[in-house]
Amino acid sequence: MAYSNKVIEHYENPRNVGSMDKDDLNVGTGMVGAPACGDVMRLQIKVNEDGVIEDAKFKTYGCGSAIASSSLLTEWVKGKTLDEASEIKNSEIAAELELPPVKIHCSVLAEDAIKAAIDDFKNKSQGQKKSA
Amino acid sequence: MKTPIYFDYSATTPVDPRVAKTMCDCLTLEGTFGNPASRSHQYGWDAEKLVDEARKNVAALINADPKEIVFTSGATESDNLAIKGVAHFYHKKGKHIITCKTEHKAVLDTCRHLEREGYEVTYLDPEPNGLIDLKKLEAAMRDDTILVSIMHVNNEIGVIQDIEAIGELTRSRKILFHVDAAQSAGKVLIDLKKYKVDLMSFSAHKIYGPKGSGALYVRRKPRVRLEAQMHGGGHERGMRSGTLAVHQIVGIGEAFRIAKEEMATENEGIRILRDRLLNGLKDIEEVYINGDMDQRIPHNLNISFNFVEGESLMMALKDLAVSSGSACTSASLEPSYVLRALGRSDELAHSSIRFTLGRFSTEQEIDFAIAQISKNIDKLRELSPLWEMYKDGIDLSSIEWAAH
Repeated sequence: MAYSNKVIEHYENPRNVGSMDKDDLNVGTGMVGAPACGDVMRLQIKVNEDGVIEDAKFKTYGCGSAIASSSLLTEWVKGKTLDEASEIKNSEIAAELELPPVKIHCSVLAEDAIKAAIDDFKNKSQGQKKSA
Repeated sequence: MKTPIYFDYSATTPVDPRVAKTMCDCLTLEGTFGNPASRSHQYGWDAEKLVDEARKNVAALINADPKEIVFTSGATESDNLAIKGVAHFYHKKGKHIITCKTEHKAVLDTCRHLEREGYEVTYLDPEPNGLIDLKKLEAAMRDDTILVSIMHVNNEIGVIQDIEAIGELTRSRKILFHVDAAQSAGKVLIDLKKYKVDLMSFSAHKIYGPKGSGALYVRRKPRVRLEAQMHGGGHERGMRSGTLAVHQIVGIGEAFRIAKEEMATENEGIRILRDRLLNGLKDIEEVYINGDMDQRIPHNLNISFNFVEGESLMMALKDLAVSSGSACTSASLEPSYVLRALGRSDELAHSSIRFTLGRFSTEQEIDFAIAQISKNIDKLRELSPLWEMYKDGIDLSSIEWAAH
């Protein structure tokens, strides 16, 4: 299967690879997928006091399209508010990377990952408020 | 060194230049273009002579009688003809067939088709090393079993089944035995005077012959009967009608002739290269060899790099033409059914790469491959959340993953 140049570019030069401290209250972690299915995506966001994502990191086990989808997503969410970031649609990722139909699930996974990361951050900060 | 380097000889091989030459000589007006069935003139006689020679060469590699060779379009057709041909001819004797879950799709899908026609098929599980437990095979045999179909060498993991022993079991029970030998001819010694095999499928393009050419061995003593699948002029003793494709047939004949002459030396050289590849990779952390290492052709190395997904690895190895056990490139997203049948976890099945070496592989190519693989495994593991978790001592099986 031929990959689009955009997928290859992100795959060869992935942006924002890495980890953040998942116990940090300003960090939201979303891990989606399953090893058995051949894709696991972990996306982490660092949110400042204004509710803006100031940094994002990812690690992905999966095909080139999955790696490119998560790499692109980290670029897109930086500087966005949580509400803005939660509005990113998988179709936008698929369109930007020119993913073929069999690889659409990679973009779906990326959308799931950012939603999971946002949820994790919100749960943590709510827990914080309750205990305070 | 030409890149990408070809490490996919089990998918297909380039045609040997000597084979190509003999084939080209059978096409044009100046060549032997006649129809071997034309009995009334020199053109036909010349073509028939070449077909006879090819038949002798194919038979010689496997120690069979030339009269036992039926030319076909390839191993898929041979498998279909053998299995459906036996099932349809012997259905009054019984309707039970035994095969194995790691067979090629040409066998498995033919069996599925027969199930829809009312036959019953037992699909044996191989042992974790890919080999069949003969006791389990024996236990699956019944009074109404008419056919056992087991491949000689597996296409994905290269393991060699003990067809000599299986033949003893089937013959003593008067069950016919078919062997798909597409991946073994020229790689493993085949002696059909000794092995009690009744039918054997061959392909030309796996041993430096052309695509679209194959053969089926059909034993004469004791005689094996088949119902033809292709009807017409009664060619190939009525078992496979259709004008003989002379250029394709001389192609398989020349390929088998060369194999007989050169296989002993060639396979030794390939074994040295394969061991060099294995030695270069085996010290990488968390690598697993798939399939038995002793009962295995020297051409094959199937290896899983844990925590790295196979398709992304193949993308990184763009200078190496390899194949992934994982069928991720298809819409099904299923990992290799062969590795799953061995009991490999989905993760390891998703992380597998098959290297197959051949006649034109070189030491320089192997060294280049080792360097490429080592570098890219490191890179992809840096990207892998699973690798990080493994390194942190987290048991991945303890996590509840959301299947998607």
